[in-house]
Formats: sequence, C-alpha cells, structure tokens
Amino acid sequence: MSRNEPFGYYPGCSGQGTSAEYDSSTRAVCAELGIVLQDLDDWSCCGSTPAHTVDHCLSTALSARNLVQAGKQGLLDVTTPCPSCLKNLRVALRNMSDEHIGPRAAKLLGGETLKEGHTIKSVMEVIHDQVSAEEIAAKSMRPLTGLKVAPYYGCLMSRPQELMQLGDPENPMVMEELLTAAGAEVLPFPLKVECCGASMGIPLNEAVTRLSGKIVDLAASLGADVIAVACPLCQMNLDLRQGQINRANKTHFKMPVMYYTQLLGLAFALPHNELGLDKLVVDPQPVLNKLADQRRGAAKVEQTEGAA
Amino acid sequence: MKTIDLASSNRSFIQQVEEESGQDVSRCYQCGNCTAGCPMNFAYDLPVNRIMRLIQLGQKDTVLASKSLAYCATCETCTARCPNDIDVATVMDVCRHMARREGKLAVWPVRAFVGSFLKTVETFGRSYEAGTMGMFMAATGRLISDVDLAPAMLSRRKLPFMPHSIKARDEVSAIFKRFREGVHEQK
Ligand code: SF4
Ligand code: SF4
Repeated sequence: MSRNEPFGYYPGCSGQGTSAEYDSSTRAVCAELGIVLQDLDDWSCCGSTPAHTVDHCLSTALSARNLVQAGKQGLLDVTTPCPSCLKNLRVALRNMSDEHIGPRAAKLLGGETLKEGHTIKSVMEVIHDQVSAEEIAAKSMRPLTGLKVAPYYGCLMSRPQELMQLGDPENPMVMEELLTAAGAEVLPFPLKVECCGASMGIPLNEAVTRLSGKIVDLAASLGADVIAVACPLCQMNLDLRQGQINRANKTHFKMPVMYYTQLLGLAFALPHNELGLDKLVVDPQPVLNKLADQRRGAAKVEQTEGAA
Repeated sequence: MKTIDLASSNRSFIQQVEEESGQDVSRCYQCGNCTAGCPMNFAYDLPVNRIMRLIQLGQKDTVLASKSLAYCATCETCTARCPNDIDVATVMDVCRHMARREGKLAVWPVRAFVGSFLKTVETFGRSYEAGTMGMFMAATGRLISDVDLAPAMLSRRKLPFMPHSIKARDEVSAIFKRFREGVHEQK
C-alpha cells in the first residue's frame, strides 16, 4: 500500500494512562516518517489477558468490536503499538472466521460481522515494512552513536510464530534493525523474549521481582546504557517496578527503560515533550548525557580535522 | 506424595480438553521442555509437564484444582518449545476456563484481579488502572503491595482517577450481558 493511505490506529487502554509516552512517541515518530495513523472511532478495550483467560468467545467479541469500527471507517489495515492488543486483535480476526468460535462470537457482538481483507500489524512492523534502514539513517539528525542498547521484546511480540510472524520466535531482529539504522550499538540480549512477569505484578509481585529482576541484571552486566522495549506491561514492570525489584533482590539498579519509539525519536531530534521522557520513572538523563558527550566528541574531532 | 487413582480416569475430560484446545494431548511424551522454560514454575504446585500428564490420565479434579492454572502468565514459552508442536499454553487456557466455569479456580487474588479488570471494561468500555486496583483492594480486603508505586505514577500523571469512558459503552456492556446469558451457547 502507498504511504499516504492511513492505517487504522488502535492506541490501547494503557496508552491513555500508564504508557502515555509510548502513544505520544509512536505518533511523533510515525508523523516524522510519513506514516499516517487514523484513530479508530470510539475504540474499546480488546479484553487484554484477563478476557482470554476467562473465555475465548468473550475475548474475541471484545477485540472484534474494534475491527467492526475500523471497517465502518473504511480502514482495513489496522496497527497498534501494544503487543498484547496486537495479539488479541489478531486472534479475534482468526477466530471470527473459525467455524466454531466465529458464529458464537458474532452472537455476542449482536450479529455484527467483519469486512473482508483486514490486516493487523504492530507499529514496529509497519515502520520496518514502510521505511528502509537508509531512510531511518537519513532522518537521524542526532544518531544514537555509542549508545549501548539491550533490546527486550518480552514474551508476546514473537510467540506463537504463526500468529505473530516476527521472524524467529526465539530471536526476532526487527527492533535491532531499526535501532541500528538510527546509529545505536545494539547488544546481543539472550533474555530478549523471556517473560517479565506480565500482569502478575498485582496478584503475585514476586513473579515480577524475580523475572524482571533477571532482565535488568543481565542488561546491567552486559554494560547496557538502556533497555529498549516495545510493550507497555514490560515497560511498567522494568521501570515503575525497578524499585520493588531492587528492594526484593537487594540490588541498586538505575537502568533506564525506554520505548524503542522514544529512542528513534531522540535520533530524529524530535521534541522531548512529544517523546514523553518526563513520564519515565528511572531517570533517562544518563542516556541523554552520553548522547550529548558523543556529539561533543564528534564535533571536536571534526573541528580539529577542519583546522588541520 | 500424592497417588493417582487411575480408576478415576475421566475420559470425557480428556476429550473436552482436546476439543476446546484443538490439541492432541496424547502426543506429549513428557520431555519436560515446557517446564524447563516456564517462568512461573517457581510458583506452581504442579509443573506444566505434570499437568499435561495428568490430563492424559484424565485426572480432572487434580488438574482443575491446581494453583498453576491461575499463576500461568500465558507467555507461550511452553508452546514455542514443545518438540511435538503441542500448543501447551492453549491447553492451560482451556483448563483455566473449565476451572473457572466450575467455580474451582484456585488462588483468589488472581481471580479477583481478573474480575476487577473486566468489571472496569464492562462499565466504561475501556480498562483503567486506578479502577482495577481499587476494586481489587475492595474485593480482596488487602492493600496491594503496589501502594508504594502511587507517588511515582501520580507525579508523572500516569494514574488517571477518572476512566476514559467511550461513547458506545452500552455496546460493550451488551457483549458482557449476552456472554452471561449464554447467548453464544444457544443454537
Ligand atoms: S504459558 Fe504458562 S505454562 Fe506456559 S511457559 Fe508461560 S507461564 Fe508457563
Ligand atoms: S514440551 Fe511438549 S512433549 Fe515435552 S513435556 Fe511439555 S507438552 Fe510434553
């Protein structure tokens, strides 16, 4: 499809609250790259994990209502930044044409049906499909040179493979390609598709302090300056709960955890307020300082070379 | 150690799990890969490969009473690593559905969290954290371990106290209403 055609944009509930910075940085980066996002009218919750742990027809109906909305707006290609929403919307799309679940979910929807030909992609895939590495490099006025990034996808982005289609489910590389194109030094990160503890943070906090603890620990021992994430729940567990992690494990990490869109936005020199850097709990200032130092270093080299 | 009464094997349970999940549980040969990769195993009373074995043996009551069903994070590591291509996570999902339907789902905090979350969606059309947490605390009578997070969330305006309710709230609540009435099960 051509670049000018809009994608139906499903922000997801957390984009209105706990991950407002993911939403705003996604919008800013897409606008900069010429990817047009059009919000789905009056979208509703996809049901998230709780609905599918209760019943597949219920979760299918809750998610599919949003595809009905998209169809009414003439938007067939739908995109969302949130991996959990992505998975629910994709499962719903598949289930609606399933001979068993489809008709039953349609009953819950009061008889509404879907248009033919919907596609649902993560914003990460949309950027990767629509924009070449060269274009990203060209847009990177302030490349992320020297920044050591631990890429963390979490458990939802790449599994199950037939549904998520992000390459090797144990070793996806899309985020690496985007951030490398923006100049970053992306580290091999063995825990990149491990689980962070997901929504167990409230009912079983230990799940998060253990599992997210391992992730922060490994990133720090690899010398990462920042963990790059693509999932609001992972971000919350690693960033907002880093204090809980430190208390439970007697550690003292101050590892910045940023959305990959915030890092791309920094490379594109987009305004910090659009990137929502003030929303992060662990202070990202060391990341900004390192980038500024690199730029000063590079400028000096240029100067001395110019003088010579 | 708990012994298993093979005479109590429940054939219809095996069938029901296979039908609802679309998986052939007899293909499991107990290699243990699923358990090796399961991040929640530390909290489980029965490791996930054990659950698979108990399903093969038709041990419905033991499976549905397991805390593991509630603690599973639905991360799908087990599915990705099963050498027999069994979608283990979906098997866990359908066992959880059965346990819930039969009122057996163990671990009350998890049940309360799921219920609180869905209630906010039913009421407002979208979920919102403060509402879920508030209802969770009211339901369980415990102050969640997360009150320490409130200052950080509030100062960053991350915890809206008002829900973002949608215009067509009735459309969403109607989905829940039909679900409770069992409209989807009617012929
Ligand atoms: S989906 Fe559940 S059972 Fe499977 S690995 Fe993840 S937590 Fe364990
Ligand atoms: S990985 Fe598959 S075959 Fe191995 S124990 Fe688990 S379910 Fe059975």
